[in-house]
Amino acid sequence: MSNRQTLQIKQISAHSGPAPGLDVQRDLEVCKLVDTTTCIGCKACEVACVEWNDMPFAETTFDNTYQTMPETRWNFWNLIKFNEHQREDGTIQWLMRKDQCMHCADPGCLRACPADGAIVQYSNGIVDFQQENCIGCEFCVSGCPFNIPKFNKATKKVYKCTLCSDRVGQGLEPACIKACPTGCLKFGTKDDMKMIAESRATQLREHFGYEKAGVYDPQSIGGTHVIYVLHDATQPELYGGLPKDPQIPWSYTVWKWLFKPVLGALSMFGLLGVMLHYVTVGPRRPQPEPPAKEPRAGREV
Amino acid sequence: MSTAVERFDDKARAAFDRIGHNEVYEGELLRHRVYTRLLHWMVALFFFLALFSGFGIYLPWLFRWFTPIFGGGPLSRALHPWFGLGFVFFFGLQMLNWLKQMSWTGADTRWMRRLGHIVSGKEKLEPEDTGFFNAGQKAQFWEIVVGCVVYLITGIILWVGANTFGRITVAISYVLHDISAIIMLGGIFIHIYLSTIGEPGTFQAMTRGAVSEAWAWTFHPAWYKEVTGRDPRTAHEEARRRR
Repeated sequence: MSNRQTLQIKQISAHSGPAPGLDVQRDLEVCKLVDTTTCIGCKACEVACVEWNDMPFAETTFDNTYQTMPETRWNFWNLIKFNEHQREDGTIQWLMRKDQCMHCADPGCLRACPADGAIVQYSNGIVDFQQENCIGCEFCVSGCPFNIPKFNKATKKVYKCTLCSDRVGQGLEPACIKACPTGCLKFGTKDDMKMIAESRATQLREHFGYEKAGVYDPQSIGGTHVIYVLHDATQPELYGGLPKDPQIPWSYTVWKWLFKPVLGALSMFGLLGVMLHYVTVGPRRPQPEPPAKEPRAGREV
Repeated sequence: MSTAVERFDDKARAAFDRIGHNEVYEGELLRHRVYTRLLHWMVALFFFLALFSGFGIYLPWLFRWFTPIFGGGPLSRALHPWFGLGFVFFFGLQMLNWLKQMSWTGADTRWMRRLGHIVSGKEKLEPEDTGFFNAGQKAQFWEIVVGCVVYLITGIILWVGANTFGRITVAISYVLHDISAIIMLGGIFIHIYLSTIGEPGTFQAMTRGAVSEAWAWTFHPAWYKEVTGRDPRTAHEEARRRR
């Protein structure tokens, strides 16, 4: 990247107009697009995720649905959520959504985390947990609007989807994308994915009768680096509890970045206060005090 | 105040007086017995353990050097709730022990009105109706009682986590827990200052248990009168004339 930037031609001798490519920057932000309308619920992405991340076996839970388990686990980061939704006309719509970390532009987990360096956000938008710095307080769980960070009781650390940052860093697509047989999962720059998602939503609205079809990219948290195309974007809750308006608790914004350091410093002024009291007002001694010896003028005794 | 609490305290005080001893010399008064002193130092121990382990987590960019004391961040986090429980437990016993002396009276309200005078050092002697504890001590005591309740409730919520209590509950608890800690941190500076260099002669009350009579008639005149039967101001005048 740095080579590309420094070797970008700035001026060209005897050339009319600006140098080609100058001030054109590659979009750094990556994005995963999940088109729920073409997902067939094959769970290839679940398997690919477990395989690539070399996760130990996670016991499945059978609850009379196709869903592998109720929610993601510390060793199961990618879960298709199945929902049989009864529409107003009585017909059934089978909704499937790939649930994983949304890689928020404004990550609640990162805001809530009190451990230095336990959660990082790369400039490409991936939010990654650094388990070696995690202290296991689980505050990230309360910061996350999507119930994604999962605690491992044995290691006392929290885990979640990395968006295959190890693969993306090497120019590869995430494992789930590679495994998807229908092409409902796509990976690329945020701008490109947004464009594909919007055109797909338009197609659904105009040609397939899904009048409420739309893209899920919640702006309440600055957008996400995993976006969905939904048949009914007005009711994201139907897709396994996707929050319509995900929020980070106010205390993790106002309290943590403003009041915490300010009040922390103020309490240190308490120390300063008693010191000043000692040198100005001075100590109170049991009375009567022994008579004070008059210091001789003009000389340190 | 229930008599069961009184009976428990009396029993504990007697038991600890048999284990440890109070060192009182001539011209001195016994102020804190062994049981009270033990509780005080247990509270202090757990307070500072909880404080240091907590502040390493609270403001890592300023206090990250606290966490290595406890073996690193994860261990600080694991130990902090237990330190906190120890603090609340021993302070709870101390609360029962001091319940009677700490009850607020009209003298305390009057004392609070003169707070400015007292802090600015204009009054060498405490108001004559100041008893075993003055209003400042009582205010701090009740602040810690409230703080302990807040610590306990919010601490358990933070300990158990968002999966049980919900995200918002945890987020609110986190703020309340911090505010309680900041108030107590501010208080501990004043407490340590006044009990050591701020009012010389005080510290020994919590080590060997005794204070000088002069200390008693200066800072707690009503208590002096109660234990000696003498008038604190007369005693002070006599001592002054003897000089």
